[in-house]
Amino acid sequence: MKPFLMSRLTLTLIVAVLGALAGPVFAQKLAPAQSEIGFAIKQMGVPVEGKFKKFDAQITLDPRKPQDGKVAFSIDTASAGFGSPETDAEVPKAPWFNTAKFPQATFQSSAIKGLGGGKFEVSGKLAIKGQTRDVVVPVQLTQTGTGAAAISTATGSFAIKRLEFKIGEGEWADTSMVANEVQVKFKLTLTGMAPI
Amino acid sequence: MSSALTSPAPRYSGVAIALHWLLALMILVAFGVGIYMSDLPVSPTRLKLYNWHKWAGVTILALSALRLLWRLGHKPPADVPMPAWQTGAAHATHGLLYLLFFAVPLIGWAYSSAAGYPIVWFGVLPLPDFVPVDKALAEMIKPWHERAAIAMMLLVLLHVAGAIKHQFVDRDGLINRMRFSAR
Repeated sequence: MKPFLMSRLTLTLIVAVLGALAGPVFAQKLAPAQSEIGFAIKQMGVPVEGKFKKFDAQITLDPRKPQDGKVAFSIDTASAGFGSPETDAEVPKAPWFNTAKFPQATFQSSAIKGLGGGKFEVSGKLAIKGQTRDVVVPVQLTQTGTGAAAISTATGSFAIKRLEFKIGEGEWADTSMVANEVQVKFKLTLTGMAPI
Repeated sequence: MSSALTSPAPRYSGVAIALHWLLALMILVAFGVGIYMSDLPVSPTRLKLYNWHKWAGVTILALSALRLLWRLGHKPPADVPMPAWQTGAAHATHGLLYLLFFAVPLIGWAYSSAAGYPIVWFGVLPLPDFVPVDKALAEMIKPWHERAAIAMMLLVLLHVAGAIKHQFVDRDGLINRMRFSAR
């Protein structure tokens, strides 16, 4: 009896240790209410900010083994808004996001590089309105709490060119009115991530 | 026939005359654009007109400040002889107009800021917000910009009516004081 118990305990320990050494697949959970994906553009020099209210992410990242990590996003384009009813009514229309035809914008990582100090560089493909482009997204990761209560916050921003994604077509393609450059900013709150 | 029209009379200074006509033109155009643009659907034209209107408004505000400072330093010509109530009405109209030269653009600026669109003068110089971004506040301010502008235009009409009366009824040569050049 005793040897059998010992061996089970030993086996469990070995599995646990091996698991830890192999780097278990950590799947993180996004807390949408504490997360934000926003964008900033300039209209005739005037900075205007908007945000997406609905998005989801599948993130598996061990901060100590970023190269094995994966990040995938899907953003509900119809949830984009600037907070003013007149402008928000335009956003889903064909010249802008054409949400009827392209309800989702997606991001799929292809490589994650750790830069140390909680900094990462996530390369991947951003697809909006049927157009796919390579982007490199700098991410700063910070953590509070420990164990199951640990909360990780990923923040960052990157620039895209709206015309590469056909956002603002026709008469709106004029970049002297709406600048081509769009700053995308995000703050993502995640649970279940291993320590940095 | 009328000697009053040709007699040399004290005139406003050249700077005062230039600012008067420049601002008259700018205010008329800004008012017209303001009325027109507010009914436009969202479009590049609307976006352009809104920004031009704001740039014009801030320019009018700045020039009005310059004009007021000039006026404080340079006495206007003495009143042309007329009944006291008319002198009083003319001065009251001028005073209210000056008040609105400042109030109308300032209320517009506040509306723009509250609505979340800070003004960037000529697309280059970002102006500070003196009210917070607050949609409810913006909706509250909005009608007052229009009301104040309409009040200003009614006073402009009264001002023009007075000038026309002096020219064609009283024939006292009053408007020579504000012409570009003396006859």
